[in-house]
Amino acid sequence: MSTTLVRRRRVQKTGVIAGLVVAALVAGFPIFWMLISSFKTNTEVFAYPPQLFTKGFSLDAYTAVLTDPMKLRFFVNSYVVAIAVTLATLLISILAAYAFSRYEFRGKGLMNIVIIGVQAVPPITLLIPYFSLIVALKLYNSYGGLILTYMVFTVPYAVIMLTSYFNTLPRELDEAVKVDGAGPITALFRILVPVALPGVVSVGVYTFMIAWNEYLFALTLTRTNDMRTLPIGIQLLLGQNNQEWSQLMAMSILGMLPVLVLFLIFQRWFIGGLTSGAVKS
Amino acid sequence: MANAHVAAIGTVAGRSGRKRQRRSLLPYGLILPTAVLLLVLMVVPVVIVIANSLFTQVVTRSGGRFAGVANYAAVLTDPGFWPATLNTAIFAGASVAVHLVMGLGFALLLNSPLIGRVTTAIFRTILILPWLFTAAVIAVLWRLILAPTGVVNYALENLGIIQEAIQWFGDPATALFAVTLMNIWSGYPFFMISLLAGLQGIPADLHEAARVDGANAWQRFWNVTIPQLMPIIVSMAVLDLLWTTQQFALIWLTTGGGPLGVTEMLSTFTYKLAFADYNLVQASASAVLVLLFSLVVAVFYVRQQRKAS
Repeated sequence: MSTTLVRRRRVQKTGVIAGLVVAALVAGFPIFWMLISSFKTNTEVFAYPPQLFTKGFSLDAYTAVLTDPMKLRFFVNSYVVAIAVTLATLLISILAAYAFSRYEFRGKGLMNIVIIGVQAVPPITLLIPYFSLIVALKLYNSYGGLILTYMVFTVPYAVIMLTSYFNTLPRELDEAVKVDGAGPITALFRILVPVALPGVVSVGVYTFMIAWNEYLFALTLTRTNDMRTLPIGIQLLLGQNNQEWSQLMAMSILGMLPVLVLFLIFQRWFIGGLTSGAVKS
Repeated sequence: MANAHVAAIGTVAGRSGRKRQRRSLLPYGLILPTAVLLLVLMVVPVVIVIANSLFTQVVTRSGGRFAGVANYAAVLTDPGFWPATLNTAIFAGASVAVHLVMGLGFALLLNSPLIGRVTTAIFRTILILPWLFTAAVIAVLWRLILAPTGVVNYALENLGIIQEAIQWFGDPATALFAVTLMNIWSGYPFFMISLLAGLQGIPADLHEAARVDGANAWQRFWNVTIPQLMPIIVSMAVLDLLWTTQQFALIWLTTGGGPLGVTEMLSTFTYKLAFADYNLVQASASAVLVLLFSLVVAVFYVRQQRKAS
């Protein structure tokens, strides 16, 4: 390789690194600022000029959040709802995806169109009928109301993704088990689901994220503080007259942790799973 | 619950002793929970909202009369509707365009063969971070950094770009820009990941062949990379358009549609009709209009997908 080429490569490499650093600042600076603000005292958060580091590194905001029963309740509610939505979505979507992948049945085409079509229905369109429907079903201000309404948005996506995963697995896999005398449900949970685990997990992580982050229904379909989820809790704190900004930041950091941890653990599967649909098209 | 259904069907069919019948019933048992969920909480509500929009009183209450298109006429002539439509179009159009440019740019940087695997992984994780935040947190975060005494105003003043602190979310001149900026920040990673996967899927020999033909980097980008990515770009843009036009939480938690309605979107407009004015029938009409728009976009999307495959 000639020296000019080597030099040109080095320049190009520096350019790429510089571009990435700028991009990382755009993405990361607001988050970094939130993180350091959570370690400040409340008066320091809006100190002018803004301070990068303060005299005292304080965990007071975290202690305050984690010892306040009401704020803890917001976290508990979010965990209960998100975990329930994830498990229930996976269960019924695995069953439905198995039917779509392995069976021909009357109405399959119609059901398929419905599942694809409902994904385009905006949450705001459903909100008004939900309000009366959820009250009529006696689910207003309950975990059940949130769990069921969130599943309307997680199940269609999960069924479509899981069907395409199951479609990539050869039929011989489940047929072999059935020959041994096992039923189709055994074949599904003993063979297909374990083999499709990366797909099942990435659908699960995505479902958890949607449920953890949901705002509109949580705002409208719950009334009392003991049923509020974290996003609404953050909003309530934001609406107070004496805004506790450092606590808000601490709550936000604690609130993103589960999603971040799930993402970091399953990153490889998750990115592959999420984008496989887009790439295939 | 789902298992109980399947088991029940299995037993009934088993008693009749015909294997073919069992086979034909099993898939229905499998899709039953999904079908019931979507029927009760998707099909029924959509029917209700359409019915609401055609009566003088919501259908779940008695005493309503058929109103024809009166509610639609009222919404379409509401002084707030068209500005909200325009705001939504600006917000969504700018968001999708910048998401695409940023997503593609960052994906190209991450895909560069000049940097090592570990470096790529670290930067990729940092660049995805905004996508992992819930809307409530994003709103709090941007209210913090765009506050009058916040770090952005401080930096811009010291650089001499602005003379005095701007109330980004409170000033009618900047509020729409501020919410769009916030939405851009929170949404580009999804484009980036998808386009990165797309870039990695482009066969290397396509670039090689173009290189042999004497195409420079710029020509290879336009004649190889972009055409190869086109299906993903179209899918992402359409999905993003759907999501962005439906955005509610980010707006509601920062400006609430204000100041003076400059950030009022169709979603916040509809929400206020329902839950501030309690005009549920007009809100239903507005919600149906939003639904119609989404369906048009979705039909285009499905057509595009079908053409691609």
